[in-house]
Amino acid sequence: MNPRIALVLKLAALVGLIVFPSFGSSFYTEMVAKMLILGIFAMSLDLLVGFTGLVSLGHAAYFGIAAYTVALLTPKYDPANFWIALPAAVLAAAAAAFVIGLFVLRTKGIYFIMVTLAFAQMVYFIFHDTALGGGSDGIYVNFKPDATIAGWQPFNLDEPLQLYYFVVAALVAVFVFLTLVLRSPFGKVLVGIRSNEHRMQSLGYATFRYKLAAFTLAGGLAGVAGFLYAVLFGFVTPEYLSWHQSGNVLMMVILGGMGNLAGAVIGAFAFIGLQEMFADWTKHWQLLMGGVIVAAVLFMPGGLSALPGRVLKKLNQESKHG
Amino acid sequence: MDFTIFLIQILNSLQYGLLLFLVASGLTLVFGIMGIINLAHGSFYMIGAYLAFALTSLTGNLMLAIVLGLPLAFIFGALLEWLLFAHLYKRDHLEQVLLTYGLILIFEELRSLAIGDDVHGVNIPALFSASIPLSDTLSYPVYRLLISAVCIALAVGLWWLMQRTRLGMMIRAGSHDRDMVQALGIDINLLYRTVFALGVALAALAGMLAAPISSVYPGMGGSVLIISFVIVVIGGIGSVWGALIAALLIGFADTFGKVLVPEFAGLAVYLVMAIVLLWRPEGILKKG
Amino acid sequence: MKQARRNAVRTLAALTVGALLPIGAAQAAEKIKVGLMLPYTGTFAALGTAITNGFKQYVAEQGGTLAGREVEYFVVDDESDPAKATENANKLVKRDQVDVLVGTVHSGVALAMAKVARDNKTLMIIPNAGADELTGPLCAPNVFRTSFSNWQPGYAMGKVAAEKGHKTAVTMSWKYAAGDEASNGFAKGFEASGGKVLKHLTLPFPNVEFQALLTEIASLKPEAVYVFFAGGGAVKFVKDYEAAGLKNSIPLYSSGFLTDGTLAAMGGSGEGLLTALHYADGLENAKDKAFRNTYATTYKLQPDVYAVQGYDAAQLLKAGLDAVKGGKLEQPAMIKAMEAATIDSPRGAFTLSKAHNPVQDIYLRKAEGQENKVVSVAAAKLADPARGCRM
Repeated sequence: MNPRIALVLKLAALVGLIVFPSFGSSFYTEMVAKMLILGIFAMSLDLLVGFTGLVSLGHAAYFGIAAYTVALLTPKYDPANFWIALPAAVLAAAAAAFVIGLFVLRTKGIYFIMVTLAFAQMVYFIFHDTALGGGSDGIYVNFKPDATIAGWQPFNLDEPLQLYYFVVAALVAVFVFLTLVLRSPFGKVLVGIRSNEHRMQSLGYATFRYKLAAFTLAGGLAGVAGFLYAVLFGFVTPEYLSWHQSGNVLMMVILGGMGNLAGAVIGAFAFIGLQEMFADWTKHWQLLMGGVIVAAVLFMPGGLSALPGRVLKKLNQESKHG
Repeated sequence: MDFTIFLIQILNSLQYGLLLFLVASGLTLVFGIMGIINLAHGSFYMIGAYLAFALTSLTGNLMLAIVLGLPLAFIFGALLEWLLFAHLYKRDHLEQVLLTYGLILIFEELRSLAIGDDVHGVNIPALFSASIPLSDTLSYPVYRLLISAVCIALAVGLWWLMQRTRLGMMIRAGSHDRDMVQALGIDINLLYRTVFALGVALAALAGMLAAPISSVYPGMGGSVLIISFVIVVIGGIGSVWGALIAALLIGFADTFGKVLVPEFAGLAVYLVMAIVLLWRPEGILKKG
Repeated sequence: MKQARRNAVRTLAALTVGALLPIGAAQAAEKIKVGLMLPYTGTFAALGTAITNGFKQYVAEQGGTLAGREVEYFVVDDESDPAKATENANKLVKRDQVDVLVGTVHSGVALAMAKVARDNKTLMIIPNAGADELTGPLCAPNVFRTSFSNWQPGYAMGKVAAEKGHKTAVTMSWKYAAGDEASNGFAKGFEASGGKVLKHLTLPFPNVEFQALLTEIASLKPEAVYVFFAGGGAVKFVKDYEAAGLKNSIPLYSSGFLTDGTLAAMGGSGEGLLTALHYADGLENAKDKAFRNTYATTYKLQPDVYAVQGYDAAQLLKAGLDAVKGGKLEQPAMIKAMEAATIDSPRGAFTLSKAHNPVQDIYLRKAEGQENKVVSVAAAKLADPARGCRM
C-alpha cells in the first residue's frame, strides 16, 4: 500500500480511538481498551515472529509475569505506586525473557516453538500450583496503581476514561517505539536474521546477541500489556499464562498479517471482535469461529492487513482488462 | 519408598510411557514425516474415543468397535486431507497452526452438537477385565498391560513400515524431496493422502484403546495435544524410536515427579523437555 | 423476533392501560434483568445447562414471573475461562445492566465475577462454585451462594470417616484450590473426631494418570482414602481405584461430585461408594418429589445437584424481590430479606450464614446403580466457618 495512504489510515484510526468513548458505552470503551492492550501484546510478539523470524509459543508467560508483578506489589488495602509498579512489571517480564532467551535461542524452527512453550508452561505451573500468587483461583488487584508524585496526580487510572486514554497512549508509544527500533540499524539486523541468519553471521554480526536483545525487548513490551491488563481488570489468574493465551496472541499476529505492526493490532481487534459477535449470536459460536479461521487460511494468505492491497491489485487488473 | 514399591513405580512409568507413545504415534507420522503441524491431533484422539463409545453402545463389544472404527477413521482422514490439508503442504508452518486450530474448535463443537456434553464410559472387554495382584494391597489391571503390548507392537510395526517396506521407502523419499519422488512416477498426492489417513487412524486408535480407562468427555483432546508434541519433538522429529524413548522418558518424569516432588509435578515434563532440547537442540534421535 | 413482537404488543397494552387508569394504581412491576453467566461450552457445559434449567424451572413454576415481575434473561457463555471472566461479567453488568448476576461453576471465574459484582454493587448469586474464599475473606453484602463451600462436604465426610472407626487416612486431589480446600475440610472433620491424615497427595490439574499415586496409597496403607475429583477425571479415578484392587481393601470416600452424573460412565466401578453432599437421591420430601417430576417432564432429563442449585438461586432471588414488592429494586431491603430467607429447597430447607453461604444438612450417600441414595445425615445444619469474612 502507498505509505502516505497508510499513514492517513493510521491517523484516522487514532482519531477514531480518541473520539470512541463519546459514542460507545462504558462497556464498549473497556472492550476496546482490552483489544488495544492485546494489540500491544500482539505487536510485541510480531517483533519476534514477523520481523526476526522467531515463532514463540510461550509469549503469554511474560504478559502473565508482569500481571502477577502488579498483583503482588499491590497491598491489600492500598494502591501500589504507579511509578514503581509499571517499571517493576516491565523489568520482571524483560528479565524473565532475558534468562529464558539465553536458553531457548540455542534452538531453531519447530524446536524453538516447543522450547518456548516448555518454559512458559513451567512458569504457568509455578503460579498455578504454588501459593506464590494466590494459586489456581487467581488473585485480585484491589486498587489500581496510584500515579501521584509529591502531591500531584498527573492522571488517575481509577477513572475509566483516563485509563482508556492511558491505554491508547501506551499503544501509540509502543507503536512508535517499535517503528523506530525497526528503522534503526538494530532493526535492520533483525530483519536480516529473519531472511538469512547465516549470511548475517558471515557478515560478522553476533546474531545470538541480536536475537536475545529482541527476545528481551519483546518480553518487556508484553509486560507493558500484562501490566495494563491487570490494571484494567483488577484480577490476575494463572490462565493469563496458559498456552491458549500464547496461541491466541499468535493467532492475532497471523490473522492480521505478520511483519506489520498495524496488522498485529488489526488482528487483535478482528480476533476478539469476531469472538464477541459470534458468541452473541449463538451458543455454538466456536463452530463459526473455527470456520472463519479455516476459511481465512485457505482464501486469505498474508492476513487481514494484506487484504486491501490484494483487492486493489485485483481491481487494477480488471480495469486494465476492461 | 521400599524396593517393591520402587519396582511398581517403574512399571507404572513404563506403562504410562507406552500409552503416551500410542497417543503420539499418529503425530510422528503427520508431523514428523509429512512436516504438517497438526494441532487437531488431539481432536482425532477425541473422535476415536467417541467412536469407541458410540460403536460399543451399538455393537456391545469394544474389539468389534475398533475393527469398525479404524476404517471409518482412515476414510475420514483421507477425506480431510483431500479437502483441507492437501492445500497446506506448500504453506507456512504458521498457517498450518492457524488452520488446525480452527479445526479444533469445529470438531469440539460438532461433538457437543452430536453427542452432548456428558461424561461417558466404555467398558473394558470382559476378556481383559481381570487384575494381577502385585503386592498385598495393589494389583495391576490386565487391560493396561494389553495396551502396553499393543504399543510395543505398534512401535515395531511403524518402524518396519517405514524402514522395510516399499511404501515406507516412498514416504521417506517424499519427505526429503517431493518433486523428485513425483518425477519418478509415484503419485505423491495419493501417497500423502495415505500417510495422513494413517496418522488420523492411529490417533483414533489411541483414543479407542484409551477410552475404557480414561473415560470419554468434552475437552479430552486438549489434554493429549501438548504432550504428544512434546514427545515427538524431544524424540527428534521423524524418528519412531526417538518418539518411543521420549515417551518413556516423559512417563518416568511424570510418575516420579508426582511421587517425589508433588509441588512441582506439573513442571516435571516441561523441565525434561527443556533439558533435553538444550542438550540436543534437535531432539534425542535426529532424523538422519 | 417473536419475543420482540410480543414485547411490543405488551408494551402497547401497558401504555394503553396506563393511559386509561389513574396513574400509579395498576402500574405493572418493573422487569427483573437476570444475567446468567455459566459455562455452555467446554468441560463444564452440562453443569451450566443443568443450572440454567433449574433456574428457569422455578420461574416457570411461578407462572413465568418472580414476585410478579417478568424475568428477562441475558446469557453469557463463560467457557470456564478465568482469563475472560472479568470482561464477560462486565458484559452483563455494564452493557446489559442486569439487576442480578447468576454464576458460575468454575471457582476462578466466580472469583473474577465477585470482583465485578463488588465493584459495581450488583447483586450476585453463585449457583455452584465452591471456593471457600467467596464466602470467606472475599465475602460481600451483595454476594450470595446457594450451593456449598468446598469445606462443607469435605468436613462432613471426615467426620463420618472417623465415626466409622478409621484412624488414618490419605487425601488426594488435583493440585488446585478446590481440591486443597475440600481435602483440608476432610482433614479438619477427620482430625476433630480423632483421626489422622497421613498425607495429602496431589497431581497437576487436569492430569488423569493416577497410577503412581495409587501405588503410593498402597504403600502407605491408610485405613481410608478421601478424594476430590469431578467429571471425566472422577470416572477414570474410580475405575483405576477398583482396577488397582484398592476398592476392597481401603474404603474410598469423597465429596459427592465424584459420583454425580458420572455413575453411568463408571460402569459398575462406582457401586457402593460413600460420598457426602448437600443433595442426594431418594430424599423423602414432597418438595423434592415435585421438583424431580417437573424437571424430568420438562427437560426429559433426570435432575442433579446442579439443577437444584440453580432452582434455589431463583428461589433466593424471589425472596429478595418479595421484600420490595413491585417497587424499585432497593438493594438493602432485598439483601436483608435474602439473608433472613428460609429456602424451601429440594435438598431440604436451608438458611444462609452471616457470610451468605447455605447452612445445610450434608447427606451421606451410597452409590446404588445410577443413584446416590441417601444413607443418613452426615452433618446436620453444617455452617462453613467463613474464616476471614468481616461482615
